Amino acid sequence: MTKLIIILLSAVFINNYILSRFLGICPFLGVSKKLDSATGMSLAVIFVMLIATAVTWPIQMFLLNPNDLGYLQTIVFILVIAALVQLVEIVLKRYIPALHKSLGVYLPLITTNCAILGVTILNIDEGYTFVESMVNSLGSGLGFMLAMVMFSGVRSKLEGADIPKSFKGLPITLVAASITSLSFMGFGGVIENLFA
Amino acid sequence: MTKLQNFSKGIIKENPVLVLMLGTCPALATSTNVMSALGMGVAATVVLFCSNVVISALRNVIPDKVRIPCFIVLIAGFVTMVQMLVKAFSPALDEALGIYLPLIVVNCIILGRAEMFAQKNKVIDSAIDGLGMGAGFTLTLVMMGTLREVFGNGTWLGFPIPVLTDNNISILTMAPGGFFVFGLLIAIVNKLTVDKPNKEFSCAGCPSADICHSKKCEGVENND
Repeated sequence: MTKLIIILLSAVFINNYILSRFLGICPFLGVSKKLDSATGMSLAVIFVMLIATAVTWPIQMFLLNPNDLGYLQTIVFILVIAALVQLVEIVLKRYIPALHKSLGVYLPLITTNCAILGVTILNIDEGYTFVESMVNSLGSGLGFMLAMVMFSGVRSKLEGADIPKSFKGLPITLVAASITSLSFMGFGGVIENLFA
Repeated sequence: MTKLQNFSKGIIKENPVLVLMLGTCPALATSTNVMSALGMGVAATVVLFCSNVVISALRNVIPDKVRIPCFIVLIAGFVTMVQMLVKAFSPALDEALGIYLPLIVVNCIILGRAEMFAQKNKVIDSAIDGLGMGAGFTLTLVMMGTLREVFGNGTWLGFPIPVLTDNNISILTMAPGGFFVFGLLIAIVNKLTVDKPNKEFSCAGCPSADICHSKKCEGVENND
C-alpha cells in the first residue's frame, strides 16, 4: 500500500508530466488559457490514460512478451491508443452524451499526445504490476491536471501584466512555466522520506 | 519554389520548433546537452525523411479517409527501425534519449509534414522538405543544447570550457532551465521578426487540426 501511495505522489509532484518530464507540452501551451478548457482537457487526459494503460499493459504482458514481439511495442501501442480513443468517442456519444459534450472536443487531440503513449511505455519500462501501472497513470493524469489548472490561473494574471513586447504571449508563458517547474523541484526527496 | 528555397525554408522561415511551434516536447526534454540534442535531431530527421518519401510515394494509394492511421503506422514503423539501430550502435545515446526515442512517433513535426506537405507533393520535393525540416529541428535543438550545456555545465560536447566549468548555472540543465531557454529563444525570434504580430500557440500548425476543426475546435479557443 505504501508503495502505491509513493508511486501516486511521485507521479503527481516529483515526476510531473508537464513540469519535469516535458510530456504533453502542446496541450499545456494550447489549452491552458481558460480554466474550463484546462479542466476539460485534463479530465479527458486522465480518462484516456487510465483506459490506455488498462488495455496496453495486458497486451504487452500476455501478447507481446510471451511471443518475443517486444520490438513491436511502439507500433502496437500507438495503434491501440488511436483505435481506443475513436471507440471511446463513439461509445460516449451513444450512451453518455453529457460526458461526450464536455470531453468530446479534446478526445481526437489526445490520440497524438505524447503524454498518453509516454505513460503506457513508462509503465512497462518501470516494470510496474497492473495495479501499480493504473495508480501511476492516475497520478500522472492528476499531475497533468494540477499543472494545467494552476497554469490557467497564472496565465489569466499574465494577460493584464505589463510585459516587454517581445516577451508577450508564448515566451512569458514559458518563463512562468520555468518558475512553476522550479517550485515543483522542491518536492524532490520529500515523498521518499515521508514514509521512511 | 526552387529546390534550395524548399530546403532552407525549414531552417529559418518555417523553422518547425521556433516558428511553427511543433515538437516542443522533445525539444525541451532532450536539449539538456549537445550530444543528446544532436542524437534526437538526427533520429527525428531520419524518420521524417523516410516517412515523407514513403507517404509522398503512396499519396495516390492511401484513401483520404484513413490517411491518419496509415501515416501513424508508417511513422511508427520507421521509428521502430531507428530505435533498433540506436540500441545496437549507440547504447549510450539510447540511454540518454530514453522514452523520448519511441515518442518520436507522436512528434507533431513528422505527422504535421505528412499532412501539410508530403501528401500533396512529389517524392523529391517531399524528401527535400523532410531534410530541411529535420535540419531546422536539429539546429534548434543543438542551439538549445549548446546554451544549456555551456552555461549549465560549463562544457560543450563534453569538452570543458575554462571559466564556465567553475561558474556553471546548473539549473539550466534541469527542467526549469529548459522552459527558460526555450522562452528566451522565442522572445529573440519575436524581436527579430518585429514587424509581424507575436505568435500565439494556435491550432494552425497542429496535425490534428483537420479532425479537430470539424469538431469545432475553435470553440475551445474562443470559449463559446
